[in-house]
Amino acid sequence: MDNKWVLQIKNVSKEYEGNSVLRGVSLSVKPGEIHALVGENGAGKSTLMNILFGMPVIHETGGFTGEVWLKGKKAEIESPKHAMEAGIGMVHQEFMLLPGFSVAENVKLNREPTKSNWFSKVSGRRLETLDLHKMGADTRRALDRIEMDIDEWLPLVGMPVGHRQFIEIAREIDKMDLSVLVLDEPTAVLTETEASTLLSVLKKLADSGIGVLFISHRLEEVCEIADTVTVLRDGEAIATMPTTETKLETIAEMMVGRKINRPKAAESGRTTDAGNVLEIRDLCVEMPGEYVNGANLTVRRGEILGLGGLAGHGKLGIANGIMGLYPSSGTLICDGEEIPLNNAQAALDAGLVFLSEDRRGVGLLLDESIEDNIALATMISKKKFLKRIGPLPVSILDRKSIREHAVDMISLLEIKCTGPQQSVSRLSGGNQQKVCVAKAITMEPRVLLVSEPTRGIDVGAKERVLSMIRRLNREKGITVVVISSELQELRSMCDRIAIMYKGRICGILDPDAPDAEFGLCMAGEGGSPSV
Amino acid sequence: MSSSFKQMMDKFGLPRLTIVLFLVALMIVATVNRLPTSMLLSNSLVRIGMNGVMVLAMVPSVQSGAGLNFGLSIGIIAGLIGMLVVMEFNLAGLLGLIVALLIACVLGAAAGYLYGQVLNRVRGQEMMIGTYTGFSIVSGMCMFWLLAPFRNPEMIWVVGGKGLRMTLAVDDSLAKILDNLWRFEILGVEIPVGLLLAFAFACLLLEVFFRSRFGVSMKVAGANPAFATSCGVNVDKMRVLGTVLSTALGAMGMVIYCQSFGYVQLYMAPLMMSFPAVAAVLIGGASARKATVWNAVLGTVLFQTLLTIALPVTRSVIQGDISEVAKTIISNCMILYALTRKEGDG
Ligand SMILES: Nc1ncnc2c1ncn2[C@@H]1O[C@H](COP(=O)(O)OP(=O)(O)OP(=O)(O)O)[C@@H](O)[C@H]1O
Ligand SMILES: [Mg+2]
Repeated sequence: MDNKWVLQIKNVSKEYEGNSVLRGVSLSVKPGEIHALVGENGAGKSTLMNILFGMPVIHETGGFTGEVWLKGKKAEIESPKHAMEAGIGMVHQEFMLLPGFSVAENVKLNREPTKSNWFSKVSGRRLETLDLHKMGADTRRALDRIEMDIDEWLPLVGMPVGHRQFIEIAREIDKMDLSVLVLDEPTAVLTETEASTLLSVLKKLADSGIGVLFISHRLEEVCEIADTVTVLRDGEAIATMPTTETKLETIAEMMVGRKINRPKAAESGRTTDAGNVLEIRDLCVEMPGEYVNGANLTVRRGEILGLGGLAGHGKLGIANGIMGLYPSSGTLICDGEEIPLNNAQAALDAGLVFLSEDRRGVGLLLDESIEDNIALATMISKKKFLKRIGPLPVSILDRKSIREHAVDMISLLEIKCTGPQQSVSRLSGGNQQKVCVAKAITMEPRVLLVSEPTRGIDVGAKERVLSMIRRLNREKGITVVVISSELQELRSMCDRIAIMYKGRICGILDPDAPDAEFGLCMAGEGGSPSV
Repeated sequence: MSSSFKQMMDKFGLPRLTIVLFLVALMIVATVNRLPTSMLLSNSLVRIGMNGVMVLAMVPSVQSGAGLNFGLSIGIIAGLIGMLVVMEFNLAGLLGLIVALLIACVLGAAAGYLYGQVLNRVRGQEMMIGTYTGFSIVSGMCMFWLLAPFRNPEMIWVVGGKGLRMTLAVDDSLAKILDNLWRFEILGVEIPVGLLLAFAFACLLLEVFFRSRFGVSMKVAGANPAFATSCGVNVDKMRVLGTVLSTALGAMGMVIYCQSFGYVQLYMAPLMMSFPAVAAVLIGGASARKATVWNAVLGTVLFQTLLTIALPVTRSVIQGDISEVAKTIISNCMILYALTRKEGDG
């Protein structure tokens, strides 16, 4: 019986301020098994993982009830340190890396290899010198294992989210005595190719006897690599079954409790000839890890343009550069007028609105309420949601209209929360993403640049967000540029898809172009280099 | 019902609850020991009004992301200069006060602008650098007080005829001008209406400011610089403006303090004056990253009442004067406590 399960979660329940978010959840993982955990946004997946990893939020909010067993023994996990010592590795939904440090330092944080020196012989291990050489080599090995060719001594600050994800995984697999690896939406920011690399790494890890527990909203990959899947709905584990005995559609239905219509591809691929709304010439952007080196691109009025490519090839750099968030050079013309670069206000004034991929860094004010997060950006840049104080020539926030607008958005996007005044730090990852989407829509853009719009959003909500973007495009004539690592998502909604390679546009393809053509383009070959 | 009560208590915070209970206990002891409670209350009210604006000065600096303004002494000096100019020209009454406030405000804003530029170069260490900048400016100003071209014989050293005195008495026509404005007595407690109104007016202005587009931009710049940049807010500029506002408020706060105190103290006197202000706003529930007008008001009320009531009461229980020591100990403990605790609690 001893080694049958590496991990057992028994009858776990958890409440946050009187809201019960987990109710008697049980789940077991065998050695070498890949166990997927799926569920709607706010179903309690991350909460369960936080319990498993002894995260401080759990204990600060009154702990939980139920038991966690590791390798047949009951475990009391009080802190992440305990969890690590017990052999649990965890990749969080939100990044847990130190931006000021290098990749190697992050991978080896708190577990730095050391050499003994004169001092340490006298006073013990704490004063040993860091073995930088070994640190670098270990990190290199971990990075190689996940097929990532990034310099291990590069600082992390400003690195794109896709890279950070891989570094987090490298950190976990570098731990030698790992017996359970937990990943909270590891593939959300990766392209299909990157994700499949990652999945094959997970397969290898599992074959070496590690139990893998992972959360994903991409049900295709769940069906592809998981052995078992557990569906969580509103805090209850409603089913656990082998993936061989179920279908993607069944899982999706179980998650949301209703039928899901998969987005139709029929509407994509229109040609518009209403002129160009945006012209980008020789754009160079210095966004670390996502450099753009002389990209040329035109966006037609009223179209939905997709921007794809592997992580690190600059697809994120373009939008961040245009919006003045990273130093850039080149020419940007919006509706025939040149817009100065490196000037966020000018871009906003021209009607460009950006939904950032870095939702916690750029997208949200974590300590503020949902309503403020939705309205403040518009208030600041567009002078809306203001009212006069009586006859005085002073305008202050119009709390009432902010509240009403937030309530509308919450019901429109089905944001799961206790009310518009809840702090966004208390929301689940997917619901935070929905707040970001609401914030961008509120700005009433002329051109909407959305970066990873459905990152971490469940199947049901994804359909809602995508159809909403489509509706904004159709009904309000908003031009949309979608930057996504999910090619499938781009193909289902875009009229044209530009693929980036090494900081340039490598080609612009039709959404129905064969897979092989996309593959070639992402590898820097083929495609039509026309703009 | 009970859960909403609990929520209210959570919002108010344990430290503040403790202080309130402690104050109540002190009042009981005071009554039992037959101390003049109405006088204690009158004194508390005066001290609240006198210190309030200086505590309020912490709010814009924290909100804009520059942390607690440990360099408030810079503003305090601007306030002192405002007072000195008015005294030099023997300006009296409300006019004198207004001129002093104006000079303080302009000088404070200018000094705050320069200080803000310094703070922008030392991101992340504002509070440490602020403390040292404050200290060195206070010391540097000692020279200025000696050399400054003030000629009023009431103000300069009798011997030698040059250099400002250590402590200058404010002329009767100017001293307590706000305290005595519309002042009345009720149940033996004197209410310094003008002084309290001045404080309330400053609170109101600041509160309105932080609800305006400009004020919200400043708050956002402090809370998340990346978010602010993406909304087109110039984060550096906002931090400088926060410091300007804070220093100007500090300067005007000092003028109010001096007129109520009745003396202008120069040389090393302003050295530690930022600490009680920092302590007060922290007691009110602020942190180095978040402070509201409410925090400043609540903090001032609690801190100043505590100081005024606790000292006579302790003196009636144990003999001897420990007022200065107690004030220093309380404020420094509070600062230590607040800066070491984790975000969010307390
Ligand atoms: N710190 C917190 N305080 C209060 N409530 C919280 C907190 N963290 C999460 N919640 C609530 O608990 C519920 C479950 O959140 P959780 O993060 O586990 O969802 P999830 O399944 O991971 O969703 P997602 O797919 O969006 O990441 C949500 O309704 C959320 O609002
Ligand atoms: Mg989650």
